[in-house]
Amino acid sequence: MANKVIYAVYEDPEQLKDGARKLVSNGVSVKDVFSPFPVHGLDPIIGVKRTRLAIASFMFGITGTALAVLGITYFMIWDWPMNIGGKPSQALYKNLPAFVPVMFEFTVLCAAHGMAITYLIRNKTLPGMPARNPDPRSTDDKFIIEVRTADNHGHSSEAITDLLRTTPVFEINERQY
Amino acid sequence: MHSEAAIREPLILGHRTYHDITQDIVGPIEQKAPRGWYVLTTIAALIALYGVGCIVYLLSKGIGTWGLNKSVDWAWDITNFVWWVGIGHAGTLISAVLLLFRQKWRMAVNRSAEAMTIFAVIMAAMFPLLHMGRLWLGYWVFPLPNQFGSLWVNFNSPLLWDVFAISTYFSVSLVFWYIGLIPDFATIRDKVTKPGMKKAYSILSFGWTGNAKAWTRFEEVSLVLAGIATPLVFSVHSVVSFDFATSVIPGWHTTIFPPYFVSGAVFSGFAMVQTLLLVMRKVMHLEAYITRKHVEYMNIVIIVTGSIVGVAYITELFISWYSGVEYESYAFINRATGKYWWAYWSMMTCNVISPQLFWFKKLRTNFAFTFFMSIIVNIGMWFERFVIIVTSLHRDYLPSSWNMFHPTWVDAGVFLGTIGIFFTLYLLFARYFPVVALNELKSILKTSGESYKKEAADHHHH
Repeated sequence: MANKVIYAVYEDPEQLKDGARKLVSNGVSVKDVFSPFPVHGLDPIIGVKRTRLAIASFMFGITGTALAVLGITYFMIWDWPMNIGGKPSQALYKNLPAFVPVMFEFTVLCAAHGMAITYLIRNKTLPGMPARNPDPRSTDDKFIIEVRTADNHGHSSEAITDLLRTTPVFEINERQY
Repeated sequence: MHSEAAIREPLILGHRTYHDITQDIVGPIEQKAPRGWYVLTTIAALIALYGVGCIVYLLSKGIGTWGLNKSVDWAWDITNFVWWVGIGHAGTLISAVLLLFRQKWRMAVNRSAEAMTIFAVIMAAMFPLLHMGRLWLGYWVFPLPNQFGSLWVNFNSPLLWDVFAISTYFSVSLVFWYIGLIPDFATIRDKVTKPGMKKAYSILSFGWTGNAKAWTRFEEVSLVLAGIATPLVFSVHSVVSFDFATSVIPGWHTTIFPPYFVSGAVFSGFAMVQTLLLVMRKVMHLEAYITRKHVEYMNIVIIVTGSIVGVAYITELFISWYSGVEYESYAFINRATGKYWWAYWSMMTCNVISPQLFWFKKLRTNFAFTFFMSIIVNIGMWFERFVIIVTSLHRDYLPSSWNMFHPTWVDAGVFLGTIGIFFTLYLLFARYFPVVALNELKSILKTSGESYKKEAADHHHH
């Protein structure tokens, strides 16, 4: 039997969540959901784990701080200490307050851009990537659940479709793949 | 579904569906631009072109074509720089600070405010670069290995802090803005039919799918970026104020500068947002999304920050007397009663007195009055920087060095030019980009839309 992919199209995020809940409680696993905006409370239903992007951002941020401290120490203390109005220039800790603004800005720079780049790569959203949503209406006003028969060996595509019909679904599309 | 208190005014007027929102925002991009857009763009582009001409002249002749002299060696260039950076503060404030405070009304205005921020910061960054005289050596501000001996930039200097602050602020704002734009570009990509447009928006949308995990990441990135952009936005204008505050010039050497500059920046930034949005909502028929309530909210921000600025002016004046430092008190008496009294009192009238009219609800909910006031505030904020910079310099310690500043046509032309370039960029944005964060707006439609709120209220009564 050929593998099938079923798209259940909903018109409202709450109805979509009801549909997803019904599928999951009947043992059908949901492959993915496509929506025009984030549907709050959906992730625990379909088993999407929390993203670790914030942790990545923190890592990038402290890397930035470390680089800034190292760079400034090298430029201003080791390589060429400058005597500016007799202000301390021989040890980092003595001159630290003047270096705080750049350390802060560089931390933010690395945290923000590091996270943004990670985000784009993880989402596979990069310049030149083709559109991969199954239905153009999913960026407009439709909310779509994708179920694959390959992930649900205990259920026939007819059974899944029948189950979906008991929810306020707008339309159901099936495709071979 | 979690619902919103009936007492809160709706943020989306009339009855709209998700598809209507897409249609209302993407429609104008698909259709031919209205005649008004061509007229405005032509005017802005001509002014921009004149400005570019003045810049070319400036670069070929040198900074001597400006009206600077031995005493007033910093004038319109830095005034314009601080003015534009200040305007560039509202965008990130709206998108970051208001996101952290869960202010839903930001969704209708954040996109265009962020665009304004980016264009304003580009205009601001031009002035220090132009003041270098040799634009092509602008990269010397970065700590790059070089062949001039072990010569590094000075990390003790607020001017260098500015380099880091402005470039971080610009690039982070740009990324924040673009990440928000990606899903909306995808909506345009999936809606338009012309192949050329489809191709262009397909590239711009980076292949966005809108699947569950992508949206989870999107929300996390927005939240974390908002969290780090908030201290960033406050740090940027604080650092700009350090350019003055760390010096020993009477009138500049003031510890209240950072909060005073930041509130002044928010004040002028919101005024510029009002100027732009009040025109845009009419021309692009966005009355249902940018409502009277939105305008009122922004006017409330203007009155709060305007009052902070007023308190700062009066504190400065009081402390100059109370400190007992005669140079300091002379600087302030001279500002108010000296040869530049007209600049000082323009600043006081525009920034402190006139915004107080917004205490009247009738006035702060009036579009024409708000538009007029938004221009007044930005004139006032330009004068604020002019007063701080020029009046503090023009009376040197030695009376023999006393001088006035007379701008030349190059000063005026370059400033005018940046206004032209700014509006050209903004008009191009308004034509080709989704001017409202349409997908974000859809997420509040059923809680804050007028018809849905009414339905919920009726349901409640039965």
